[in-house]
Amino acid sequence: MDVGRLVTLNAAYARAIDNEQFEQWPELFHDDCLYKVTTADNLAQGMEGGVMYADSRAMLQDRVSALRKANIYERQRYRHIVGLPVVLGEKDGVAEAETPFLIVRIMRDGVMDVFATGCYRDKVKANAAGELRFVERIAVCDGGRFDTLVALPF
Amino acid sequence: MDIRHNESVWPEDSVARVPYWVYQDPANYTRELGRLFEGPTWNYVCLEADIPNKGDYRTNFVGALPVIVVRDADGTINCFENRCAHRGALIALDDGGNVENNFKCIYHAWSYDLCGNLRGIAFERGINGVGGMPKDFKRETFSPRKLRTTTLCGLVFATLSDETPPIEEYLGDEILGRIKRVLNRPIKVMGRFTQALPNNWKLYVENVKDTYHASLLHLFFGTFRITRLTQGGGVLVSPDGGHHASYTIDKADDRQSTAYRDQGIRTENKDYTLADPSLLDTVKEFGDDIQLQILSVFPGFILQQIHNCLAVRQVVPRGTDRMDLKWTYFGFADDPPEMTKRRLKQQNLVGPAGFVSMEDGCVGGFVQRGIASAGEQVSVIEMGGDTTESQATRATEASVRGFWKAYRERMGY
Repeated sequence: MDVGRLVTLNAAYARAIDNEQFEQWPELFHDDCLYKVTTADNLAQGMEGGVMYADSRAMLQDRVSALRKANIYERQRYRHIVGLPVVLGEKDGVAEAETPFLIVRIMRDGVMDVFATGCYRDKVKANAAGELRFVERIAVCDGGRFDTLVALPF
Repeated sequence: MDIRHNESVWPEDSVARVPYWVYQDPANYTRELGRLFEGPTWNYVCLEADIPNKGDYRTNFVGALPVIVVRDADGTINCFENRCAHRGALIALDDGGNVENNFKCIYHAWSYDLCGNLRGIAFERGINGVGGMPKDFKRETFSPRKLRTTTLCGLVFATLSDETPPIEEYLGDEILGRIKRVLNRPIKVMGRFTQALPNNWKLYVENVKDTYHASLLHLFFGTFRITRLTQGGGVLVSPDGGHHASYTIDKADDRQSTAYRDQGIRTENKDYTLADPSLLDTVKEFGDDIQLQILSVFPGFILQQIHNCLAVRQVVPRGTDRMDLKWTYFGFADDPPEMTKRRLKQQNLVGPAGFVSMEDGCVGGFVQRGIASAGEQVSVIEMGGDTTESQATRATEASVRGFWKAYRERMGY
């Protein structure tokens, strides 16, 4: 796996969320996929639950429509700082990679706080058009304490 | 007059009025920690499933009091203050683990058995007869404070008071029955998350007990008919007011109800649909038609069943305007894989990112900020009257008033 392709995918991912173009976010996944936000502790103890959990692209689309139409939350944005991916292996066209992230949350009153740090554990493969897309993205947060209102995806 | 320092004055002497200083005043907060959390109440500290084997422990808080909960050799569960008798340092530093036979304070290596008794003092006799503790020092009189524990359906509660009645008596038959309804067999922990809320702990407890708000604030509840005031159900309030269980039973004729639309309420939105409706694919698993049950135990424990999404939540106060909400998601040990998958999906409804719970996580902060300059003003809690008895509707604030009944009684207000 060419690391440059992973960097490009990660950049598109962060840009979609940070620029509030949320509708583009599910497009970076395969139809059949797994997206989860969890913690390093839960993972270490073999616990499967997540604060967000989706096993289809449609569920990711529902996250977006809920943000747009259903949920009430104070206006906020993220700034993702995504590190360099490490490729852990590749098999049958699916590459496994790990990429550290840091998310700053910007609230409507202007406060900028470090909101989450962690590591994406990814499985990626190309779609029919040859574009790299996520089969799996697990956002493993370093800590287990979330400031209230995890509205936007990590 | 500054009423917060006069314990006999409560506005209008009514549980339908609550003065806003109770969410702000530091002296009142300190009094709550002593009279409520460290008083004659049962406080949730962990699940039995968290500490199955001898020496397994979890650390937690009873109000502000740090505690260790540990499984003893004979299978009983002990709870004691997480504070070394020597200089006051925390004895256990992790969230949990296994210690086999004893805890050892890292500061000066004083050690404690699984009951919290002081057993070992490093260099107790000094070096070559010089130094060391006085010969008449009585180890047994120095130990961290011990709490009594009790278990109920796999839940572990602790109390610092000798006066707290047995848990069954504390809860009453109605609430006890509602706990047994859900926790009817061994459970499996599926995840733990802490949600830090920017509000006084009581604003969250009131939110949990507030059956009136649920379908008005949460579009997911209204639109997807998870709980609506026009469905069947009601709220049970314990005789002392402190505990509650609200429940929703779907009714076929609710699908024709236009009550929400007639009032222009945002949370019924016929145009809002899910691209993947499997999120709400639910099976009845408790042998009845109750699709939602929210239950609270005074002062800060919550048991939740929303469809097949099960969790316990613990309220940990962190000052007048901060609290932690500790979520433990669970299923049952005998869940088949498809049930586990169903629960994982429905967990999207709750927690810090929950389609429902994210809104509960912010309304408390909206109140805390809204009342910044209103300490002497009161909130109005009068839906369904000004009493606290169980009601066959959820268009009531009876269980919120019940909380204030128990609060005033225990605080001496």
